[in-house]
Amino acid sequence: MTDTAAPLLRGLAVTLELTAAAGALSVLIALAAGLARASHRRWLSWPAAIYVETFRGTSALVQLFWFYFVLPFFGVALTPFAAGVMVLALNTGAYGSEVVRGALAAVPSGQREAASALNLGGTRTLWRILLPQALPAMLPPAGNLAIELLKNTALVSLITITELTFTAQLLRAERLHSAEIFTMVLALYFAVALCITAGMRALERRASRGLERGAAR
Amino acid sequence: MIFDWGYAWDILPQLGRALVVTLQATALGMALALALGLVFALARRSRYRVVAWPAAAVVEFVRSTPLLVQMFFLFYVLPVAGAQMSPLATGVIALGIHYAAYCSEVYRAGLEAVPRGQWEAAAALNLGRWRTLRAIVLPQAIPPVVPALGNYLVAMFKDTPLLSAITVVELLQTAKLIGSETFRYVEPITLVGALFLVLSLISAAAIRWTEQRLRLET
Repeated sequence: MTDTAAPLLRGLAVTLELTAAAGALSVLIALAAGLARASHRRWLSWPAAIYVETFRGTSALVQLFWFYFVLPFFGVALTPFAAGVMVLALNTGAYGSEVVRGALAAVPSGQREAASALNLGGTRTLWRILLPQALPAMLPPAGNLAIELLKNTALVSLITITELTFTAQLLRAERLHSAEIFTMVLALYFAVALCITAGMRALERRASRGLERGAAR
Repeated sequence: MIFDWGYAWDILPQLGRALVVTLQATALGMALALALGLVFALARRSRYRVVAWPAAAVVEFVRSTPLLVQMFFLFYVLPVAGAQMSPLATGVIALGIHYAAYCSEVYRAGLEAVPRGQWEAAAALNLGRWRTLRAIVLPQAIPPVVPALGNYLVAMFKDTPLLSAITVVELLQTAKLIGSETFRYVEPITLVGALFLVLSLISAAAIRWTEQRLRLET
């Protein structure tokens, strides 16, 4: 039992690393793409729209294989881990950008007008007025995306990264206790998902403090 | 290395045949998800806690764990448990169960949107619970959630490449096989991506169209 648990926990650590790295990167991508797509400048909004539609319209696994098998032919050889993090972040970021765009659009237009009446610049309006008010609306869908990201990390086992699912495959080939191994793996994923949900709830409460809209709970 | 259009044209028929397998898996998986999802949704609303509570737990568990691992679980554990079936059948069951969990939430929203008065009026007319559900409540609950269910159809379509991990020769697996034979991965995998993109965009347009139609009717 313990000799099964140890490798699985090492695999879990890699899964968590992947989730954290891709998650952090995808927040940046989502903000950039969401803002670019909402922009009035076509040279910003068009590339953002193409990126978002491409990554939302194709399968995550196809994207992963494209980055892993096809990019080397164009002279870009990524390590499996780098390809994994890139694809997971780009995929999650594409969905996240729609969350950012939707939440920003839901901030009443009076807020923008008031900011410009107070002579605040564009950047300042965005960071001090719009984003803090849009944040509470972004967090619940962001929590769902975080769970989706965690689940998608299992895909990178197919490009030989030794994370939780790949470890399970190795153990299965070695010991043949498929039912026990995969039950444990499912339970571990579920436990991590519960932790993410709890963490996001806490963040939601924190972000909606002092705001009337989308108040706590 | 650049994209060779002639070669891409040559492998297109092979990918087309594989697309049929992908579409089959999607259609069968969705049929299962729609049926099972409704069962989950109704079980979750049951008056009996012994029914409602496990249904809720199953839905949460299935939604929070990776489809790929669920697929491996079924693929390796079902034969041991005495249920021999083809990889495609196993994949369809995995897709069906996974998306049933998502669909059940959609159905639940639809069911909750039906006013209580509908149930009460049906009871006043002396209709049984089952008949009320089938003839009164479901016909009002399901049409508004069709677009949301459609979104999951597209999502499932995009998840079918996972079947390649349990040896089903669908679109992505075919592309990989072509690649390993000819050492040219650029065209097959890019074409697969393009096929997914085109079909997803078409389905998304179809869903928007249904949504507008529904809005006009109400």
